[in-house]
Amino acid sequence: MSDAMNNPANSLLVQDARTAKRNAAEKRFRFFGIAAIATGLVFLVILLTAIFSNGTGAFQQTFLTVPVHLDETKLDKAGNRDIEDIKKVSTFGYNPLIQQAVFDMVQAQGIETPFTKRGDMKALISASAAAQLRDEVIANPDLIGQTIEFRVLATSRVDGYLKGRVTRESVERDKNIDAEHFDLVDGLRDAGIVKKSFNWDFITGADASESRPEQAGMGVAMVGSFFMMLVVLLCALPIGVAASIYLEEFAPQNRWTDLIEVNISNLAAVPSIVFGILGLAVFIQFAHLPQSAPLVGGLVLTLMTLPTIIISTRASLKAVPPSIRDAALGVGASKMQSVFHHVLPLAMPGILTGTIIGLAQALGETAPLLLIGMVGYIASDMPDGFLGGFLDPNSAMPAQIYEWAKRADPAYYERAWGGIIILLMFLMTMNIIAVILRRRFERRW
Amino acid sequence: MPFLWLVLIVLAIAASGYVIGRGRAMQSAGGDARHLHSLPGYYGWNVALKAAVPAFLVLVLALIVQPLIINKTVSSMIPESEIAEGSNLGLVMAEVRRTADGIDHLVNEGLMDESAARNARTDFTDITQRLKDAGQVVTSNITQPVLAAAQKYRVMNGSGKLVRSALVILVALAGLLWGLKESHKDFRARNIVERSILAMLMAGASVAVLTTLGIVLSLIFNTVEFFKLYPALDFFTLLEWSPSFSGRGGSSALGVLPLLWGTFYISIVALLVAVPIGLFAAIYLSEYAGPKVRAFAKPMLEVLAGIPTIVYGLFALLTLGPMLLSVFGDDGGLGWMQGQRAVMTAGIAMGIMLIPFVSSLSDDIINAVPQAMRDGSYGLGATQSETIKQVVLPAALPGIVGAVLLAASRAIGETMIVVMGAGAAASLSLNPFEAMTTVTAKIVSQLTGDSDFASPEALVAFALGMTLFVLTLALNVFALYIVRKYREQYD
Amino acid sequence: MNDMRIVRKDVDMNDTKISAKGVQVFYGDTHAIKDVDVEIRDKTVTAFIGPSGCGKSTFLRCLNRMNDTIDICRVEGNILLDGEDIYDKRVDPVQLRAKVGMVFQRPNPFPKSIYDNIAYGPRIHGLAKNKADLDEIVEKALRRGAIWDEVKDRLDAPGTGLSGGQQQRLCIARAVATEPEVLLMDEPCSALDPIATLQVEELIDELRENFSVVIVTHSMQQAARVSQKTAFFHLGNLVEYGDTEQIFTNPQDERTESYITGRIG
Repeated sequence: MSDAMNNPANSLLVQDARTAKRNAAEKRFRFFGIAAIATGLVFLVILLTAIFSNGTGAFQQTFLTVPVHLDETKLDKAGNRDIEDIKKVSTFGYNPLIQQAVFDMVQAQGIETPFTKRGDMKALISASAAAQLRDEVIANPDLIGQTIEFRVLATSRVDGYLKGRVTRESVERDKNIDAEHFDLVDGLRDAGIVKKSFNWDFITGADASESRPEQAGMGVAMVGSFFMMLVVLLCALPIGVAASIYLEEFAPQNRWTDLIEVNISNLAAVPSIVFGILGLAVFIQFAHLPQSAPLVGGLVLTLMTLPTIIISTRASLKAVPPSIRDAALGVGASKMQSVFHHVLPLAMPGILTGTIIGLAQALGETAPLLLIGMVGYIASDMPDGFLGGFLDPNSAMPAQIYEWAKRADPAYYERAWGGIIILLMFLMTMNIIAVILRRRFERRW
Repeated sequence: MPFLWLVLIVLAIAASGYVIGRGRAMQSAGGDARHLHSLPGYYGWNVALKAAVPAFLVLVLALIVQPLIINKTVSSMIPESEIAEGSNLGLVMAEVRRTADGIDHLVNEGLMDESAARNARTDFTDITQRLKDAGQVVTSNITQPVLAAAQKYRVMNGSGKLVRSALVILVALAGLLWGLKESHKDFRARNIVERSILAMLMAGASVAVLTTLGIVLSLIFNTVEFFKLYPALDFFTLLEWSPSFSGRGGSSALGVLPLLWGTFYISIVALLVAVPIGLFAAIYLSEYAGPKVRAFAKPMLEVLAGIPTIVYGLFALLTLGPMLLSVFGDDGGLGWMQGQRAVMTAGIAMGIMLIPFVSSLSDDIINAVPQAMRDGSYGLGATQSETIKQVVLPAALPGIVGAVLLAASRAIGETMIVVMGAGAAASLSLNPFEAMTTVTAKIVSQLTGDSDFASPEALVAFALGMTLFVLTLALNVFALYIVRKYREQYD
Repeated sequence: MNDMRIVRKDVDMNDTKISAKGVQVFYGDTHAIKDVDVEIRDKTVTAFIGPSGCGKSTFLRCLNRMNDTIDICRVEGNILLDGEDIYDKRVDPVQLRAKVGMVFQRPNPFPKSIYDNIAYGPRIHGLAKNKADLDEIVEKALRRGAIWDEVKDRLDAPGTGLSGGQQQRLCIARAVATEPEVLLMDEPCSALDPIATLQVEELIDELRENFSVVIVTHSMQQAARVSQKTAFFHLGNLVEYGDTEQIFTNPQDERTESYITGRIG
């Protein structure tokens, strides 16, 4: 061993073959690690790319801006502008006016087309356009007799053509629209009549029937989600905080406490669909609460998020050092006073952070909502009033997305992706708020 | 609305109780708070709590008991002959309730006067017609007994409400008086209030137990109901899943095995994606990565966990499925895959979802291996990978197994991804590119759309739910046990 | 005295194993070791003593580059092993640590069998040709670790099941099994009871025949019992280095004297 220093084979400065091999293995192993992380990140990128490349289209909608002559003889035969009479004219009375307007515009622009009747324009115009025009006239009857610039909602086929989703080949067997219509659209687009513009109705509007994807929006579902989150906040926060305070500060060591602890940790891992079954059996079958109501959805989600909130609340209560409690008890405060005056306020930022994260989790949850009937019908009306927000049947954002994904028309897929963008925006905002709260108020003892 | 009013009235009584109680206590101490046993506020709270808590308990009790009594009375009015073939009492009762709601609506709109609504001898064709005219959804076949039951239901409901409100307000006032009587300077108000708060805290904690109880009871009752209509042996052993859609044929084959096979197959694919990637990512992050890489990559991976499952479902259905189909499908591909929905589609999407779950759990577990272990290995001249492979991972193995089991339980209970990505037909195939269905997907499909809870085709969902609940619970308890044992070893 | 004769023999050989010159160690902004020069001889037990936080463990960990595993640690100066700079770019710390083994403050057996604990080093360094060879290496190491008789019947039992003293001897045997040239020991007895300490100290004395041993200890008695050379560290400085006898009986520096007589530390 003493001759080690003279033997070059044993020198530290020369790497022996075995070490070289081992180092190669080291490099391989390290590469696997990097590859795993890269794969995970690539998945994230693919997912986000899929969402944004497919979904941004939903925020744009195609309109035809044409002057529509609101013919008095059609809309107000009596001519006395009586609102009740005007209301009697259904959308069938408005359809020809819009079709005529578009047809006139085609003629005026001199676009070459085999279509000779105004009825042929129907393929371009959404069935919802007439209803929108009617609403506008009813809101302002004085418009009758005038010619107004009106943004006519185009059909989802035309919209899809402008967005590249629908092609001439793909409509060969479509009985609603022909390739010639697209020639027309091309001409109108060149003339600046057909244009895509930002789609506020997608954000604020209501769901539409199966055949009118161009009109469908997330607004009502957002309201539904909002009321559900309100229920979750009002139920889960007090119950969760109460449970955490009890378990962390007061609970004696006994069987009941153990039972509660075991239940909480197991509930955290119960599949969400099982909570849906619970909601269906208890709230709807047994308690006869209305189906599809945000109240029921909120209650189910409350039970589901409760473990999350309890776990994070207990962690923040635990983080408050015992010296604070001792100090309060030392000046003669009762145990209850020491908790409510000192421990709870100090733990509040952590509790709020946990609650926001629990809410975000609840906001994206879909499965239990399917069972309590928040899909399968069209949430087309805003709830009336505050109480109605809780009790009227409604959808929720993720349920609405699922509903759209189920529908046959591919135009709804774009809506579903767009809905996901909105949902993710909400989740991101909530998480950022949670992070900021944590950063601002985090206290290291 | 009267309900909301009732709540507000009770709250108002409690609030006034607070003010009066506080005042009385102060008065008994001659206006000097120092002579009181407790702070003045506690006397107020004592009164308020005594007014509100019993009243609300009575209210909740009434809300639960009242419908039960009314249902029992009214359903006894319906003769056996009214229950049609294939229908049951529950359905008829639902109709009774709808009719009653319809009549309520008519009365509210002023389309019918109260006496007509109550008169049992009313010509029922007239009422039916009027209900239909008013746009109330009432099935065409309202019969005389149903109408009579509906009228009885209305009356009982109405008087029930009245009695309930009176009782609640009475209890609130009694509580108020009781509390006020106690508001004296020597009364230990703080102790009483604190004890009530403690009771409320404990009630909050017990919600978790109640939830579990609710889950277990609702699953058990309906499962028992299902096994009354369908042989349990068939459910557990039949290799076929084909519910009949009519709900009356009785020719449904409801075997759970094909569904379990689909569930396990998809979960295995998901774990095959998530475990290697998640584990290697965790190893790299905890053993190799510098603080900068860690600060970037860890939250980025966790974004995957924060994305709702509906997004993965949509991704599977609209992106992953077509992508796989173009490679493995008939059309220019390898010809293994028939449609977009397949075990692979759902499995891969689920695997991506589980990556951060596996990686963050394993990360915690690897970090729990004491540094002394690593030092011991480095001190002997081991490279980092040798240390990880031969010292850290074996030491962390129980914990990692626990993490994988937790991930498996997640995969088994996942719903949206399989509903959208896995397909609807049950099959016992080995081909991962074939569409299969799972327990969760069938729970959804059996319980949505059809509101008839009495048929075996709907009730089977509860038996499936029970299977799922027992399965995931067992996995979780076992996994948590392993992980806890593991942590204790190094604490 | 027996000890003294051996020391004299070492001095006669004048065989420097490790030579450190101008070593500085920084932890982030903290200057933990300031300009330390020391020569460690072969087949000798060298003790590093000093109050806690004086940098003796830090310096010890520089000798087999264990500090590499700490990101914020930076080492300057020269440390030569057999005349080769161990901080040279060409040096693989893995190869270095095979030559400079280490035993830690707390016994840290791997959660494996006793046999696998010992065989771990020989396996990764490929020291055994076959199973029989490995068995032999394991037995030899356990004998050198003075634990063979206690564990020979239960080599398959987990190493974590042994008592604290046995675990530490197992760790020493584990370190010895890779045939290092230098054995670093970082307070090897601090977690042990007096009887176990005695056993380990006897073991250290035996190990001196084959290895150069460097031991960090906070116990002056232990340093006096086991070592031939002693270095006294204080606040990151090497205050005094010399024969153990001389340090304890006739310290040159007054800080050393204060420490030894118990006035500081």
